Amino acid sequence: MVCIEARGLRKTYGSTIALDGIDLRVEEGRVLGLIGPNGAGKSTALNAILGLTPYQGELEVLGRDPWTEREQITRDVSFIADVAVLPRWIRVSQVIDYVAGVHPRFDRAKALRFLDKTTIKRTSKVRELSKGMVAQLHLALVMAIDAKLLVLDEPTLGLDILYRKQFYDTLLNDYFDRSRTIVVTTHQVEEIQDVLTDFMFLHRGRIVLDCSMEDFESRYTEVMVRSENLAAARALRPIHERQVFGRSILLFDRIDRDQLAALGEVRTPSIADLFVAVIGNEMAQGAAA
Amino acid sequence: MNMTDVDVEVNVVAPAVELHTRPFYWSVRRELWENRSIYLAPLIVTAIVLFATLLGTFGLPKKMRNLSNVDPAKQHSAIVRPFSMAPAPIMLTAFLVGIFYSIDALYGERRDRSILFWKSLPVSDRTTVLSKASIPILVLPAIALVLSVATFAILLFASTFVLLVTGTGAGRLWSELRFFEAPIVMAYGLIVHSLWFAPIYSWLILISAWVRRVPLLWAVLPPFTIMIVERMGGGDSFAKFIGYRVTGAMKEAFTMRNGHLVEGLSSLTPWKFATSAGLWLGLIFAAACLAASVRLRRNREPI
Repeated sequence: MVCIEARGLRKTYGSTIALDGIDLRVEEGRVLGLIGPNGAGKSTALNAILGLTPYQGELEVLGRDPWTEREQITRDVSFIADVAVLPRWIRVSQVIDYVAGVHPRFDRAKALRFLDKTTIKRTSKVRELSKGMVAQLHLALVMAIDAKLLVLDEPTLGLDILYRKQFYDTLLNDYFDRSRTIVVTTHQVEEIQDVLTDFMFLHRGRIVLDCSMEDFESRYTEVMVRSENLAAARALRPIHERQVFGRSILLFDRIDRDQLAALGEVRTPSIADLFVAVIGNEMAQGAAA
Repeated sequence: MNMTDVDVEVNVVAPAVELHTRPFYWSVRRELWENRSIYLAPLIVTAIVLFATLLGTFGLPKKMRNLSNVDPAKQHSAIVRPFSMAPAPIMLTAFLVGIFYSIDALYGERRDRSILFWKSLPVSDRTTVLSKASIPILVLPAIALVLSVATFAILLFASTFVLLVTGTGAGRLWSELRFFEAPIVMAYGLIVHSLWFAPIYSWLILISAWVRRVPLLWAVLPPFTIMIVERMGGGDSFAKFIGYRVTGAMKEAFTMRNGHLVEGLSSLTPWKFATSAGLWLGLIFAAACLAASVRLRRNREPI
């Protein structure tokens, strides 16, 4: 089943184009990472999906128009927009009571089980919790909601690495079950690589790369080329070249791995490497144009 | 570990359990959690009023004994005054808390970014706006009524007790006080003011949803500017209009005689109030403000 489908999704703020006609299709059970530099349109795309902002073009989330049918969608879509949006004055017990009181799919016992694994006290106010604990609390609330789609916008921004790692581990182990769909944006590409089934690079309101993890692993190869092979390697038209400790590392798209192995040391790049290559090229082209 | 390596589990999708929810009720409770002044401020003022009036009861036996020295026309008001004055500060407090609550109602959630959390839950903008509007229009008057009636009752019992203990006798007090009518008059007064002030609260809520900064200034400055400009032109119709909105409920809902409030049920003019244009135009304006607030909140983002 299709969870999110967009055709020609467009959003402008005055003369600024935030989304420049995006086509998007996310099947149920996928974990999609939206990756892009600041101002690429990630948050705008998420806001459109959540029905928080009007847009042009076609967009369907769980078969509904998120702007006009927002009220129906909110029961099936959870989101953590940004860190630190939990009101600072609220008590842990109060926020649990509140969500239980308004959300038909909230399982209080489940939320309390998640909280018991943390050091968060029920009587604490949010303002008394550390940033990491607030993120844990928000995650406990969201994971106790039986939603079809979970949207995460920079959920771990500003957290230290232990909390970040734990956040995604908990999400994967205790929440994701293949009938749910997750869309996540983040700057910390390396940390979510293991979590994703698909990823997209956004740049200046456009999707510049849309790739599943299966494709990613078979398509892209990074080679630390021996200097005598450099000319031969460059002839295969790498999409990116960088220098590390005086050695050239070339990134190839859809070039046979055995052929590349003859030129040097071969490895699978990280998404971060690919991001730097693709967005770097985009920016260079933008500057040249 | 990569997700693609995980064996696809057969998911038996359980029928989604739909629990009964009460978004409006919990939204109102949420407001009380956040704004404890809604009940604390009237409570504190009630405590002060009670303290002052209870101190006054110690002088009551002497006052009752010396009553014959007082002009007979003023005897009644001398007895009744503490009882009729006591609720006023409580009701005024409720009104002021309502004003300050309303001006922050849809502004605070944007300023502290929590709007993103509230919007992630299945509570519609309409429910949110109406629950916030219910605080000054329903909740605060209800709190004020309970506290006023309680103050009246405590004061009555304390006065009776003091009079009986000192052997002065409470008969005169009870015959002058229309104690069964008092709670009805208080409830009536609170209801008419709540309806009459609804456009003021709703206007403030609209401003709180609208502006990006200093909502209080935006709420007060435009009417104030109009008044000043009009005054410079020699007119005062807008100032009168505002004045009518502040004091009109007394004028429309009660009979005054010689500038004084007539006591008891006979002073109430509910029919005159219910048929006054000021009431209905005000309510239409209030509804328009709240409808606009609902629309505005849909688009609103943190500031």
